[in-house]
Amino acid sequence: MYKYDEVDFRLVRERVEQFRSQTQRYLAGELSEEEFRPLRLMNGLYIQRHAPMLRVAIPYGHFSSLQMRKLAHIARTYDRGYGHFTTRQNIQFNWPELARVPDILAELADVEMHAIQTSGNCVRNTTTDAFAGVAADELIDGRAYCEIIRQWSTLHPEFAYLPRKFKIAVSGSTDDRAATQVHDIGLHVVRNDAGEVGFRVLVGGGLGRTPIVGKVVREFLPPQHLLTYLDAVLRVYNRYGRRDNKYKARIKILVQAMTVEAFAAKVEDEWLHLKDGPSTLSDADVAYYASFFTDPAYETLAANPAGFTDKLAEPAFARWVERNTRAHKRAGYRSVVLSLKKTGVPPGDITADQMDAVADMADRFGFGEIRSAHEQNLILPDVKESELYTVWQLAREHGFATPNIGLLTDIICCPGGDFCDLANARSIPVAEAIQRKFDDLDYLFDLGDIDCNFSGCMNACGHHHIGNIGILGVDKNGQEWYQITLGGSQGNYTAIGKVIGPSFAQADVPAAFEKIMTLYVEQRQDGEHFIETVRRIGLDPFKERVYAKSH
Amino acid sequence: MQNLIKNRAVVNGDSWRLVRSADEEFSIKEDVILPLAVYLECKDKPHEGRLAVWLAPEQDVAELQPHLAGLPLVAIDFPAFSDGRGYSHARLLRERHAYQGELRAIGDVLRDQLSYMAQVGFDAFVIRADRDAANALAGLDDFSEQYQATVLQPVPLLRRRVSLIVA
Repeated sequence: MYKYDEVDFRLVRERVEQFRSQTQRYLAGELSEEEFRPLRLMNGLYIQRHAPMLRVAIPYGHFSSLQMRKLAHIARTYDRGYGHFTTRQNIQFNWPELARVPDILAELADVEMHAIQTSGNCVRNTTTDAFAGVAADELIDGRAYCEIIRQWSTLHPEFAYLPRKFKIAVSGSTDDRAATQVHDIGLHVVRNDAGEVGFRVLVGGGLGRTPIVGKVVREFLPPQHLLTYLDAVLRVYNRYGRRDNKYKARIKILVQAMTVEAFAAKVEDEWLHLKDGPSTLSDADVAYYASFFTDPAYETLAANPAGFTDKLAEPAFARWVERNTRAHKRAGYRSVVLSLKKTGVPPGDITADQMDAVADMADRFGFGEIRSAHEQNLILPDVKESELYTVWQLAREHGFATPNIGLLTDIICCPGGDFCDLANARSIPVAEAIQRKFDDLDYLFDLGDIDCNFSGCMNACGHHHIGNIGILGVDKNGQEWYQITLGGSQGNYTAIGKVIGPSFAQADVPAAFEKIMTLYVEQRQDGEHFIETVRRIGLDPFKERVYAKSH
Repeated sequence: MQNLIKNRAVVNGDSWRLVRSADEEFSIKEDVILPLAVYLECKDKPHEGRLAVWLAPEQDVAELQPHLAGLPLVAIDFPAFSDGRGYSHARLLRERHAYQGELRAIGDVLRDQLSYMAQVGFDAFVIRADRDAANALAGLDDFSEQYQATVLQPVPLLRRRVSLIVA
């Protein structure tokens, strides 16, 4: 993991003091509501339905047991004993008191954490594959570049007041697990014909009101030019992005308006001036940052030790291993996904006691390392196969062992109308109703891999557009209704789902899901996944089934 | 011009007058900061005072290129503090067009922007009239370092850091 040096600590503490001064001036009436708003947002503080909401950054989803214990402490001391993991791999606290937020930030700074740029019209937390560094299909470990981007984007003096928020994702593996195609900038590590590693740069992807898949503006960017190229893209956006209408202000609208060719040409023009400038990365720079992301002290182990395989006779354990663990680059190890999708608990929510339990498990079984995934689950990246059974038992004890990773009930979900001011509809009770409808594990396993994504409004924090099945909360004359989309997907074949028809009342959503799943089971061929059947037969059969008049 | 910070101090008795619109009158003796179109009209006419120019966010700094050598001052307007285009303009003027004169931030300029504005090359700040410039001055010292290559510190932190370690 990256370790702060004196300068990193100093900058974060200076930001805490700057924010303390801003908060005090606001409370004293020296800063107006309108002036304080962007300042607090740039430090992750929203004013929500019930109270302020503080979003704490977990850069590229990496953190330690020490940091997790601090989050637990903050949840207990300043909040109501829990937190919520988000689709940007961050964590949110829903109940802090405004005047105490600077103290929370000071506590976070002690463990190398902050809330810098977790909101606001600036460069947000860079996200990446939650399995970076341990995935078997990785071309390079992108984390050194993630940290380089984190530092470049942190308190960037030129790009603090962009037209709108700006999100960057990095994928270092052949399988894109970082949704790079729906980011303002997606960086996909690729190998060129000469065998060199570089980035394919996509710009202008995004969800929200206008879902668009990002377009390639550069097929191959040699890694030493990463920062100068990012500067060029951001400068073109900062200068020419629309500022007259916040719904047209994302870079995707600029790219669309200019055409991707014209946009790419403009960036190239700008980049010609910046290329080979002082921010060009040398091998020594990259090596320095990569030195923080070396392998932990793995043991040389045989795969499938008897103590592990014997236990697979126990069906519940075998199920959990199948869904909630993942192949590791080292023999004898697996990555464990701790499900935050237990039925009855809002997706992504975690109590302070659970946070401590995860920290303990990370220390005991996994070198103290934890990852947060954009699917709102937690990961222990390096667990010995011989210890999986014990880990499973502990996970069960603490409520993380629901064997549903990648299944229909592993719902990506925003906090919705229960907490969020922007939401048109509640998401949490509807997600729970779906989870209850599909509580039969045999049936759930039979349905197989299905991404179900749920957003409470068109801002799309729950990424509903790229769910194989997506739900969007809409407001109809002050009532909550739900639109269902099918055919969305993330990863290498990113697609935006299509709405199947008129929206549903809350009570009717689970039944609509059931009809869709029944049709899928009837129609699937040769073990097709849900998304493959949807692609093959199209939406019409689903529409007919769901909207058929009952006799 | 009132409420001015320059060279890290509050300045009293600045001679420059900001001419906001083309129909605003000014005398031949005054030091004036003019809209670009007015400046282009006036720059070759007799004027006893000094002439400077201010740019709106949507204007292109490249248009100033032929005139920069003769300009003692360029002002960049921030119609709203949330409009960040002026930060890019400042860097372009300093880094690409090698502008050496005074670069003044005008408009909705408040304490919490000053640190970033200084990093991108502004050296003078007209604090919004309803705020105290002496109080805003503290904003210049919000941060003692920055990660990026900037006008004030052209070597990014990572290079300075790595050279320390390699050395």
